[in-house]
Amino acid sequence: MADIQDLKKISSQVRRDIVRMVHQCQSGHPGGSLGCTDFMVALYFHFLRYRLPFSMEGHGEDMFFLSNGHISPVWYSVLARSGFFQTNELGTFRRINSRLQGHPTTHEGLPGIRVASGSLGQGLSVAIGAALAKRLDGDQNMIYVLTGDGELEEGQVWEAIMSAAHYKLDNIIVTVDWNGQQIDGPTNEVMSLGDLEAKWKSFGWKVLQMDGNVIEDVLSTLEEAKEQTGKKQPIVILMKTVMGYGVDFMMQGHHWHGIAPNDEQLSKALSQLEETLGDY
Amino acid sequence: MLTDFPITGKKATRDGFGDGLLMAGQQNKNVVALCADLLGSLKMNAFVKAFPERFVQVGIAEANMMGIAAGLSIAGKIPYTGTFANFSTGRVYDQIRQSIAYSHKNVKICASHAGLTLGEDGATHQILEDIGLMKMLPGMTVINPCDYNQTKAATIAIAEHYGPVYLRFGRPSWPIFMPENLPFEIGKGILMNEGSDVTIIATGHLVAYAMEAVKKLNDEGISAELINIHTIKPLDEEIVLDSVSKTRCVVTAEEHQRNGGLGDSIAQLLSRKLPTPQEYVAVNDSFGESGVPEMLLAKYGLTSENITMAVEGVLKRREVMHF
Repeated sequence: MADIQDLKKISSQVRRDIVRMVHQCQSGHPGGSLGCTDFMVALYFHFLRYRLPFSMEGHGEDMFFLSNGHISPVWYSVLARSGFFQTNELGTFRRINSRLQGHPTTHEGLPGIRVASGSLGQGLSVAIGAALAKRLDGDQNMIYVLTGDGELEEGQVWEAIMSAAHYKLDNIIVTVDWNGQQIDGPTNEVMSLGDLEAKWKSFGWKVLQMDGNVIEDVLSTLEEAKEQTGKKQPIVILMKTVMGYGVDFMMQGHHWHGIAPNDEQLSKALSQLEETLGDY
Repeated sequence: MLTDFPITGKKATRDGFGDGLLMAGQQNKNVVALCADLLGSLKMNAFVKAFPERFVQVGIAEANMMGIAAGLSIAGKIPYTGTFANFSTGRVYDQIRQSIAYSHKNVKICASHAGLTLGEDGATHQILEDIGLMKMLPGMTVINPCDYNQTKAATIAIAEHYGPVYLRFGRPSWPIFMPENLPFEIGKGILMNEGSDVTIIATGHLVAYAMEAVKKLNDEGISAELINIHTIKPLDEEIVLDSVSKTRCVVTAEEHQRNGGLGDSIAQLLSRKLPTPQEYVAVNDSFGESGVPEMLLAKYGLTSENITMAVEGVLKRREVMHF
């Protein structure tokens, strides 16, 4: 079992990285990044089996795909803190000549990234392709995917959901960041998602739920999901999160989806997040 | 010379794709194929029978197919996607742009039923904008072979080229005239006839009509050089400039919109390096319609007669402009 205190410390540092990165360039998406921090830390610091230096092909290791690419700050921070690249590179986020583009890309050769994402709805399809390749190669490792909930409004996602069940893909664990918020407001006002659990189930998926901001729940649910693999059924975790989690004034609705804190707000945010591993 | 390219039979270019795909699969175990519910139309059944475990049926879900193909390529597979040209490009442009082209994935987008010669199904399916759409994507190779043999050779050759490729072919039975075992070199045009008065540059189905045009022009005492451009991007600039510097006028012929096709690629090259009078044989900013392929090509101005008329027109312009 992972040391929960260690994971909490890493999460605190990752949240500091996120608000500092977004503040530095005055651009980016802190809300979803903060909400998904505990999940991303649990994934990279406990579950994901990866090798360094990074290899694109990923033979004999797990792969992670971020479909909602706009929460790149949390991914970049976790990748840097996991050793994929130097943490001081986080300071180049969204600036010219950086490998840390606004949305993740392979184009600049940043280790840890296997496909560009940002235009929503595409990541699950790509992950299914990667899962099919692992099956073809007899590679027993896992494919993990994170998507947004608003992203489920894209039709391609449902094409992908239908196909994964059809292929009986059982080496893939999808997590939906179910924060109920999107740019224009609460998801149930912009476009109702309806009964998400029933929808995924009716498409043939095993559905689990967890509180994505309670690290113990994240660990036990991901563990359960792993135990459910290999049973000819894809697995989805509907992960309840709070957008902006960890910074009190960012935890109010969708306001902090895609705006940057000013100097004063940064100070206030950092005062709520302990520096545990050293700022970049 | 043109006599080196006798017509040896008739078959659809999509048959060349199907036979080439089977051979590519036999030669390289990393070749995998995907189809969006059009196996028969794409002639992919032989591959599916030979390599069932290397085939992915995605159903009528082209966006998902492009993403799955990108994902398969990550581990080193060489995915060939198969559907109609319309659904291979316009329908899935953003998926190709982000997950394949920008991500530099080794995916081969194989597109049948391109252009007017799709015929009776009409304009909803007759895409005439696909070359333009695909060639605008950075890093995308765009190939439009002219007959069964060239399509088969291209299908095999692209497996050995790393990077995204758009391979465009068609539905109707069409004359076969390229030598059976001619190696396919991506980005290398083929000089099919030497001439001194005018350069005709053709791609896809229109190469056959351009051959007819060269013969007619020869009977009229006009010496036409014919270049077969199967790779529109990257364009073989050398073969074009060598020819045009000699003839000083050019006619381009393609089953595509005038906007964004082969003709525009040639015009862009010549405007930068060798300004030259040019005439287009292409669809002029119009959708197609239902009908028999040959009748549609005639109605929309894509016949050998249209090519000879364009030659006569460009020769006059060259004279007036004192090129």
